[in-house]
Amino acid sequence: MSIGSTPLKFRVTIDPERCMNCGRCVENCSYGVFRKEGDSIRINSRNCAACHRCIAFCPRDAIEIEEQPGDYRSHPVWTREVREAIFNQARTGRIILSGMGNAKPYPIIFDQLVLDACQVTNPSIDPLREPMELRTYLGKKPASLSLRPLPDGEVELRTKLTPNLQIETPIMIGHMSYGAISLNAQTALAKAVSRIGTFMGTGEGGLHESLYPYQDHMIVQVASGRFGVDINYLERGAAIEIKIGQGAKPGIGGHLPGDKVCTDISCTRMIPEGSDAISPAPHHDIYSIEDLKQLVRSLKEATEWKKPVFVKIAAVHNSAAIAAGIARSGADAVVVDGFRGGSGATPRVFRDHVGIPVEAAVASVDAKLRDQGIRNEVSIIASGGIRESADVAKIICLGADAVYIGTSALVAMGCRVCGTCYKGTCAWGIATQKPELVQRLDPETNAVQVENLIHGWTLELAELMGAAGINSIESLRGNRDRLRGYMLDEGLLEVLDVKTVGA
Amino acid sequence: MCGIIGVIDRRRQLMDGTKIKEALASMNERGSGEGAGYVAYGIYPEYKEYYALHVFFDHIREHKVPLEDLLEKWGTIVHDEQIKTCEQPNLRKVHTPWRYFFRPDPTLMPKSTTPEEDIITHLVMKVNSERNGALIFSSGKNLGVFKAAGWPEDVANFYRIQDYKGYLWLAHNRYPTNTAGWWGGAHPFNLLDWSVVHNGEITSYGTNRRYIESFGYKCTMYTDTEVVAYLVDLLVRKHGLSEKIAVRAFAPPFWEDIDRMPAKEQELNRAIRLTYGSAMMNGPFAICIANENTLVGFTDRIKLRPLVVGESGDRLFISSEEAAIRRVDKDVGNIFMPKAGEPVIGRLYA
Repeated sequence: MSIGSTPLKFRVTIDPERCMNCGRCVENCSYGVFRKEGDSIRINSRNCAACHRCIAFCPRDAIEIEEQPGDYRSHPVWTREVREAIFNQARTGRIILSGMGNAKPYPIIFDQLVLDACQVTNPSIDPLREPMELRTYLGKKPASLSLRPLPDGEVELRTKLTPNLQIETPIMIGHMSYGAISLNAQTALAKAVSRIGTFMGTGEGGLHESLYPYQDHMIVQVASGRFGVDINYLERGAAIEIKIGQGAKPGIGGHLPGDKVCTDISCTRMIPEGSDAISPAPHHDIYSIEDLKQLVRSLKEATEWKKPVFVKIAAVHNSAAIAAGIARSGADAVVVDGFRGGSGATPRVFRDHVGIPVEAAVASVDAKLRDQGIRNEVSIIASGGIRESADVAKIICLGADAVYIGTSALVAMGCRVCGTCYKGTCAWGIATQKPELVQRLDPETNAVQVENLIHGWTLELAELMGAAGINSIESLRGNRDRLRGYMLDEGLLEVLDVKTVGA
Repeated sequence: MCGIIGVIDRRRQLMDGTKIKEALASMNERGSGEGAGYVAYGIYPEYKEYYALHVFFDHIREHKVPLEDLLEKWGTIVHDEQIKTCEQPNLRKVHTPWRYFFRPDPTLMPKSTTPEEDIITHLVMKVNSERNGALIFSSGKNLGVFKAAGWPEDVANFYRIQDYKGYLWLAHNRYPTNTAGWWGGAHPFNLLDWSVVHNGEITSYGTNRRYIESFGYKCTMYTDTEVVAYLVDLLVRKHGLSEKIAVRAFAPPFWEDIDRMPAKEQELNRAIRLTYGSAMMNGPFAICIANENTLVGFTDRIKLRPLVVGESGDRLFISSEEAAIRRVDKDVGNIFMPKAGEPVIGRLYA
């Protein structure tokens, strides 16, 4: 007891004037904050994760959650977070776990980039009146075309195109495995992507049988643990993604605790029930770029060269050179996952301190690939911290072909970004495998919400393009002229190859 | 705004510049007196074997020798002279235009399959990006660009455009927006055999520039039009596509139209869009491009800039305005307005 109790993170209060003792808060809280004692509801604020499930379900708006009601003596260096981390580790001697993406207050580059619009010298294009093309093809494109003129004046195409994924909006949903999120959550996402005409990733958790109807909109993942991978799985996916790294935890593997490995998950992942699912840090058959090339070719060979193969890396300092290596490996797309990318569970020290923002990574990857004349070899998919349609437009201007969203899609299903996913007791039924919590998430309702979100972003993207006098997304891609940096330093402007506002 | 006109005589009958000047000046409503220019094909028959390099010098004494040293490194200057000019009261002569007839030495670029063109391209890119008081603004054989900052009639009189006789002309009346009316920014833009005039603003310039620069071209003129010249050079000369297919890449059909095409055609058009997505041009434009035997005109995919075509015997006219065409030939027939994105191509008779 030498450390003792620390100040509350949250204080939960119930306004007795408003409360009608209905007990919904007690039912809904999965963290054990509320309990009924006779006619009153008792509160243990210390358990609160601020997931807002109670607030959302209180019919009388009686509940209030106050953040940091009491604090430590203020200190600019020894912040609350720093002190609590030390207390935590002094008690446990362990690595501190965390959820979601980077939580350090680093400046957000997206918020210091502004988009362009037409005035007078060229007309903006009204998407309500004119066609606006957001269709995107992901995969390898030829560097040039070989055409043979025919006697009738037409031409014959002699270049053979390799398989590409066709998406009607450049927004896809990233890889969140069954295990990291619930099957109901995955089902909701799957319904949404198949209605929109886009794709989602399975994550490294295999593909549950109930999702087979949506398999044409699934990108199956092959990660270092190879969970759920067999020929059946590979053949079901529309594309295959090799996961090398993840923005939330570059350089390390993953760990799904055994208590989450229920019967269903054990079948889908093809591991014994109750056993820890440990994905090693590196793939044990990839110790260099030429090994990656072999895996890319093996996966293509296994699926008869019918499917594009993507490679996902965490955005790190040397991403550009790594992406150039991947472009030469035969892969069809490189996924660059920035350091704001989320995770169900990741060591806090990695989440907050390793990797770089996706904006800078995509800018340098695109520049390097163009510099080497291999930009058509791979598509660039950006992920990690895409929060709104403007972020999508900006990252496409910086050179991305499409984006993966993760956290945004979860928020559309009710997630409040409380960052407690690693506890496995998500009250929203998203990051949990507890049946009573999972059943709270209705796949159909949530599919509509996710669909609405992507649809709304797509409409906004079309409006942004039209305002910029562009009617096809190809002309936005890599169009850094249509971006300006606002209060970005010279070094970053150079990396982004963007001029400052006013210039 | 900007006004453009192009004409090709398919029997190679020569036309002097008088009428083109009048036609261009008739579109002064579309200009601002800050830039005009002409290009004529077939004007140097006695030197037609050699690349005619037109250069703007800032100062003859300072900048001419370094340029000539560079040219001599890569080939032979067969002949050079100052381009004849005639001072105009409304045109300030800020550069001295010079012409060189130049023969590159193909052995100096042994790895290339088109060494002469590659040497010329290299020289143009190098000189124009270094900005060392010299700017090569015309580099084809048997053709020449004449341009400056001023009204069309003043620029024409300055260069004595009526003294040149060509079978193919392009001309441009500029209303500058993106960049100031400097001489290098006036149209036509030229590289090797290709010349371009353009009315509009290419909103995909950033994308096009990043694309074309990855093939070693350098955009140096501060204006969107030059990418068109380089893109044409890349797609037609280097990749061997026809002008028609190149225009298809620049202003492709919409996906909803492609989706309705027969399978073969669909496959071809999809391949063009996938391969050359970064070469696609967006925003409002009407463009005329020319080479020694072809005149091509096309607009953006939703036709946000005007383009009119007329025919008169062997001559094909393409212009922003019918009135301008009628200034050259008042009896012109078969006037029509091409559909958005569809090229109009005039070729010399074989």
